[in-house]
Amino acid sequence: MDPNHLRNQILSIAGTVVLLALLYVANTQGSDYTIRILNNIAIFIILAVSYNLINGVTGQFSLAPNAFVAIGSYTSALLTLTPMEKEISFIIEPCIWPLSVITLPFIVSLVAAGVVAALLALLMGFPVFRTRGDYLAIVTLGFGEVVRVIANNTQSITNGPLGLKGIADFTNIWWAWGFAIITVFLIGRMIRSSYGMAMKAVKFDQAAAEAVGINTYWHKMLAFTTSAFFQGVGGGLLAHLITTISPVLFTFFLTFNLLIIIVAGGLGSTTGAIIAAILFTWGGEALRFVEEPMDLGFIDIPGIPGMRMVIFSVILVLIMIFARQGLMGTREFNWNWVCRKLGIGGRS
Amino acid sequence: MALLTVEHLTMKFGGLVAVNDFDLALEKNEIVGLIGPNGAGKTTVFNMIAGYYTPTEGAIRFQGSSIAGQKANRITKAGIARTFQNIRLFSELSVIENVMIGYHCRIRSTFLGATLRFPLYRREEKMMVEGAMNLLREVGLEDVAREMSTSLPYGKQRRLEIARALATGPQLLLLDEPAAGMNANETQDLLQLILKLRKDYNLTVFLIEHDMKFVMEICERLKVLDYGTTIAEGTPHEIQNNPRVIEAYLGEVQRA
Amino acid sequence: MELTFFLQQMINGVALGSLYGLIAIGYTMVYGIIRLINFAHGDVMMMGCYFAYFGILMFSLPWWASFAVALLLTAALGVLMDKGAYLPVRNAPRISALITAIGVSFLLENLGLVVFGGRPKGFETPDMFNEVYEVAGLMFPALVLWTPLLTLAILGIILLIIYRTKTGRAMRCISHDMETTKLMGVDVNRIISITFAVGSAAAAAGGIMWAMRYPEINPLMGIIPGFKAFVAAVLGGIGNITGAMLGGLLLGIAEILLVALMPELAGYRDAVAFGLLILILLFRPTGLMGTKLPD
Ligand SMILES: Nc1ncnc2c1ncn2[C@@H]1O[C@H](COP(=O)(O)OP(=O)(O)O)[C@@H](O)[C@H]1O
Ligand SMILES: [Mg+2]
Repeated sequence: MDPNHLRNQILSIAGTVVLLALLYVANTQGSDYTIRILNNIAIFIILAVSYNLINGVTGQFSLAPNAFVAIGSYTSALLTLTPMEKEISFIIEPCIWPLSVITLPFIVSLVAAGVVAALLALLMGFPVFRTRGDYLAIVTLGFGEVVRVIANNTQSITNGPLGLKGIADFTNIWWAWGFAIITVFLIGRMIRSSYGMAMKAVKFDQAAAEAVGINTYWHKMLAFTTSAFFQGVGGGLLAHLITTISPVLFTFFLTFNLLIIIVAGGLGSTTGAIIAAILFTWGGEALRFVEEPMDLGFIDIPGIPGMRMVIFSVILVLIMIFARQGLMGTREFNWNWVCRKLGIGGRS
Repeated sequence: MALLTVEHLTMKFGGLVAVNDFDLALEKNEIVGLIGPNGAGKTTVFNMIAGYYTPTEGAIRFQGSSIAGQKANRITKAGIARTFQNIRLFSELSVIENVMIGYHCRIRSTFLGATLRFPLYRREEKMMVEGAMNLLREVGLEDVAREMSTSLPYGKQRRLEIARALATGPQLLLLDEPAAGMNANETQDLLQLILKLRKDYNLTVFLIEHDMKFVMEICERLKVLDYGTTIAEGTPHEIQNNPRVIEAYLGEVQRA
Repeated sequence: MELTFFLQQMINGVALGSLYGLIAIGYTMVYGIIRLINFAHGDVMMMGCYFAYFGILMFSLPWWASFAVALLLTAALGVLMDKGAYLPVRNAPRISALITAIGVSFLLENLGLVVFGGRPKGFETPDMFNEVYEVAGLMFPALVLWTPLLTLAILGIILLIIYRTKTGRAMRCISHDMETTKLMGVDVNRIISITFAVGSAAAAAGGIMWAMRYPEINPLMGIIPGFKAFVAAVLGGIGNITGAMLGGLLLGIAEILLVALMPELAGYRDAVAFGLLILILLFRPTGLMGTKLPD
């Protein structure tokens, strides 16, 4: 369709190679701190891009990503922990069979994390997509809470409030960024396919979408389960990055962070979600100082936990009031635009 | 056998009887008009045929099978496409995408196949683009294919909506006030367009319209609704001279 | 099961349910009038508790005066929230308003953390509510008996405002048709602010009784009751004030009975509200909003 298709494809591949090279340099030269932030960025890109698929592209305002990240984290962690580690961790009630004896390779556990999250989304989707708009938001929020309540109470599977410890730190820069690149690539392609177009149609005008023969229910389900799959994988990566997980990690707070990212990036824009995920993760680190004790010479300010979230909440409200489109609106990055700006002509 | 038969169709909203005991039989290739004052229940008839409302009573059969109460998207796939009285385009999609999307319900590629761009999807995508371009050419919008649909002037938006409906491959086209907001020239073009489309795509057309000149010229048969009840039907000539119609409908036009 | 035990649990359920109901009133009033789920409503309740806490502790006010001041301050907070955050997005898409509300909710919670600190604070319950009464052979903390009574009184006042005053009539008109009400010369934004004020004050009242029940407060205390109160509002038919109260009672009783009859499921108590919500939506999928149909 696009006469510059080949050129753009070459540019995309070149861009990916450059990114990988930069990551290689960062991985060998960078401090632990830098590498940790890069890992966080990659995971947040996975989570935000997939969250944007259901909320931004399809327009179904789910508030349940925390549920899928939680399911993914627990699934993959339980699959990679050795029987011995499980025996040590599960002090109140022993881990149920067969989980107690299974140990699987990391990659298998990640795929399983995605699949289990997607299955949960499929089950949830049946009641959830009977509702719309703010009702849908509340129902998904409730589902997120229930998943947390269950995680707290199914002692013999999740180890309850104690959570899981000693998860192997398999997640490194290559796993994290590898999956980030795959996620962006696949979701990006999906959005550009006619299925993605149909999802956008559902968002803009559901009645008109039905008039052109789109099964709106099914397309919402597709977006929801796809999104959950990648959130599950992201959760698995997260668990093997921070090595300790417990239900408190997966409260609505996590959803809120992702929400800020996709809203700031522009609901519906994958590019925006990526940029905002980077800004948010990096900005969150940069803002750490506001929560630390400060000695200004004449006055000592004690550390104020929560200050960063105050700032982020204010930003969210201000975006809604003054810049509803976020950074990108629904626009996407494209090479034609870049080339035009750089003055490199192409065929049109 | 008639393409579409509607019997005893009734729609009640609470106490309001919006459509009462409506009957209709559309033969293949006909152009039939539905007229009546505002609020007569015309759009409600469309909404029932197209699957947006489940009729309170009555039967709707399309090509012999009952479709009353089925989901709108199923009915579209079965071969009935519609346009809306208030244009409903997909605002953030381009003109050509608005038409391409009409083909989506007909592709065989799976979700995965489309995402991974398997050969089948590539072929189908090509078919969608070419088909959409053809339809745009047909309705005279090929030169604005890449523009945003909402940037088009009103008359072109109406034609785009028709092209989008055609992309779903319908046998029956329901047009809800297609000439609304058009000037005399545009209306005349639209009339020619509908006649041409009927021929090219072997269509049956059922349309609602207030522009009497247009209706009388294009329709082979008319039905007249007033307060949900059919008060007359026949050829345009018969309707024009029907005193009840003049009283109910033309009377209102003069009052307005 | 013993009858006395059952009665005792029912009264506990009614007391808890009254609190859900009181908080639900704010949700239902605001939703009824501007179709906004005020996500921050539970946090408004939390702020009400802190106002009361500081009134007693720092300004040594008598408890009733401190509670009254807290109600007023919370009402003012509701108005501030409306004017500062919701008014600017009034004509934006519904989802934008919802996102704003989520932002306000987090703002209040984290401001709470920053200003009041994260550690829970003990809430001093006035002696009058600490007494234990014996009624028909059953022992009741006074609070459990006072809660439904006070709740009923507040509900009465709110119903009076809505059905017997001009402001109340304007509220009902707006919820029916905002545009027409505007055309009739009603200062719609003022009425909406008053709605926020009334709903917030009711939440504060609920919150203070909540705080006395436990008896401690923390900046995140509003989240769970907020969500449950929302479910109560949906149960009762959103927009319907008496319904919200009944929904609250139903939910409170259901929760208490679950714990009393099946103690092994006590951990799932917080999921009851959600289960109910799913059930309602299965039977009335469009919730109580109705659907928008094409023409
Ligand atoms: N979803 C609905 N709920 C309630 N009343 C409706 C609904 N749809 C249409 N009506 C009513 O039905 C009557 C017929 O409307 P409609 O079919 O749109 O008329 P027309 O298209 O002939 O102008 C009107 O009185 C209208 O208010
Ligand atoms: Mg109409």
